[in-house]
Amino acid sequence: MKTYNNKAWWLVLPVFALVAFSAIIPMMTVVNYSIQDIFDPNTRYFVGTEWYREILADPRLLDSLLRQFVYSLCVLVIEVPLGIIVALSMPRRGLGVPVSLILLSLPLLVPWNVVGTIWQIIGREDIGLYGWILNSIGLDYNYASNPRDAWATVLIMDVWHWTSLVALLCYSGLRSIPDVYYQAARIDRASHWAVFRFIQLPKLKNVLLIAVMLRFMDSFMIYTEPFVLTGGGPGTATTFLSQTLTQMALGQFDLGRAAAFSLIYFLIILLVTWVFYTAMTHNDDKG
Amino acid sequence: MSLQLDNVTLSVRGETYIDNASLTLEPGSFNVLLGHTLAGKTTLMRLMAGLDKPDRGVVRLGGRDMTQVPVRQRNVSMVYQQFINYPTLTVFDNIASPLKQAKVARQEIARRVEETAAMLGIQHLLGRYPQALSGGQQQRTAMARALVKDADLVLFDEPLVNLDYKLREALRVEMRKLFESRNTIAVYATTESAEALALGGTTTLLHQGRIVQSGASGEVYRHPCNREAASLFGEPPINLLPMSIQGEECRVAGSRQPLPEAWRSLPAGEYQVGIRPHHWSLQPVPEPAFRLPVVVRVAEISGSETFLHLSHDQIDLVAHLIGIHEFGVDQALEIQVACRQLFVFEPGGELLLAPYSLRPALASV
Repeated sequence: MKTYNNKAWWLVLPVFALVAFSAIIPMMTVVNYSIQDIFDPNTRYFVGTEWYREILADPRLLDSLLRQFVYSLCVLVIEVPLGIIVALSMPRRGLGVPVSLILLSLPLLVPWNVVGTIWQIIGREDIGLYGWILNSIGLDYNYASNPRDAWATVLIMDVWHWTSLVALLCYSGLRSIPDVYYQAARIDRASHWAVFRFIQLPKLKNVLLIAVMLRFMDSFMIYTEPFVLTGGGPGTATTFLSQTLTQMALGQFDLGRAAAFSLIYFLIILLVTWVFYTAMTHNDDKG
Repeated sequence: MSLQLDNVTLSVRGETYIDNASLTLEPGSFNVLLGHTLAGKTTLMRLMAGLDKPDRGVVRLGGRDMTQVPVRQRNVSMVYQQFINYPTLTVFDNIASPLKQAKVARQEIARRVEETAAMLGIQHLLGRYPQALSGGQQQRTAMARALVKDADLVLFDEPLVNLDYKLREALRVEMRKLFESRNTIAVYATTESAEALALGGTTTLLHQGRIVQSGASGEVYRHPCNREAASLFGEPPINLLPMSIQGEECRVAGSRQPLPEAWRSLPAGEYQVGIRPHHWSLQPVPEPAFRLPVVVRVAEISGSETFLHLSHDQIDLVAHLIGIHEFGVDQALEIQVACRQLFVFEPGGELLLAPYSLRPALASV
């Protein structure tokens, strides 16, 4: 007969409590809302999956979902290669190292709404430097009225804000490659491309995985910058998912719908991140 | 093609890495660079390969001045202490990479890769990735990559250090065979005297960026040009004691002997003698010998041999004895060494006399 000592459960209890209050209870509250129609705290009706069915057929939401995917894709396509290029061109020793590290970290320290405000001002055609330059060289740039310009501005803002993160991650990955690899490559007469393809890229794989996931999740939840810049406009051109959700939950106080929507939102991020992760690690056994 | 270094000097930020090194390596030779860590072995190899350019001096390959030719335009290969392979390529592609770079025809590549892999006993691993290999197999892959392209110069920078003892022995024997029939210059850096002696060929002793001595390995070991060379070559290092000759008598650290026949050419005066640790004996030697009273510091027993760390009148000595000899700390002993097994150095350090016979003492009786 084996005797069990259950005292160890006490040690796990704080973690249970923490997870319960920080994740499980809020999440279940949302689940609870998503299957009810709530008028006031005492008047509520069970509606089953109605909210979900309605949302998945709502063109406004599907539009902003599509917009969101296009946006996140653009962010990844621009920031990841750019970050790698920046990391590759950073100095490996000397005074340039701390200088470039500090310069690269600066954008990361700026809060989201400040970034939005900076670009809102700098992009104005009357008092903003970039807006004025673009217009004075004959480009008709106005983020407040032109959806294409608003889009470009939000994208540039994100690139300005977050490419350094990718670059710093890649730089740390590059620094972990011993010098002898480069030496061996020189002796093998390998080209610069071959050095990148067969030495640097394989070493960067792990940090790139982290960079891609972070940038995807973060850009998929973008809210503050377009909100500060144009409030999601012009029209709904830069209204991304989280803003649509906020409008629904707080603007219209449509709690059931918003709850169902946020669950779907959450599942999408989870699914896409899982796909990225699996795709980038599935042939790890090959090195 | 022979490799020739003429008065090569390299210093970085005021610190001299290689000091006026001159050396000639013959084609088809196997050359060991022996020296402690930081002696400049790797730097010298980098200069030979063209990875670094010397501040002064000329590097010639087959008579042609290669000093300013960058490594990419030379035909060199190198194997490192770390196992350097391309992680995303299979063993086959790893070995084939220098040939692909040189635009060799496909079938020729396959033939040469397989031939080289067979030589190193990794032909069954060609489809695998380096990560899935043991350390020994990874290093064999790296060696195959270095050997496949028929380089003029193949450099080995302590390639066996990170392998276990048995593998090292096995690979060391193979190395010699691999180069026996080749016309390349092989250079092999190591910190271990035993390795230099086992590999044969020539040995170049390096110390603090200087070439101390260079020559056939056995010759350098038996006839070190000076005290420094004798201390560098041999593990544990040679024991040094003062010796004086007065008339018909000589004296090593207080122990007197009539002057041996072979030493008669030496004028009276002060000298220094070198004694290899394995020449000490605990038993009486049946021939003229010096006897030294010593005190045991540590008796280090390793398997079936014993390293006795001793001290004689403030001088530290090491004796390498066959068999297990247990001694307590501070135990007093007498050790002996046959007169004919001593190296004699002049006070300045130059070698005057080498041991006159290295045959075991008992065999000569």
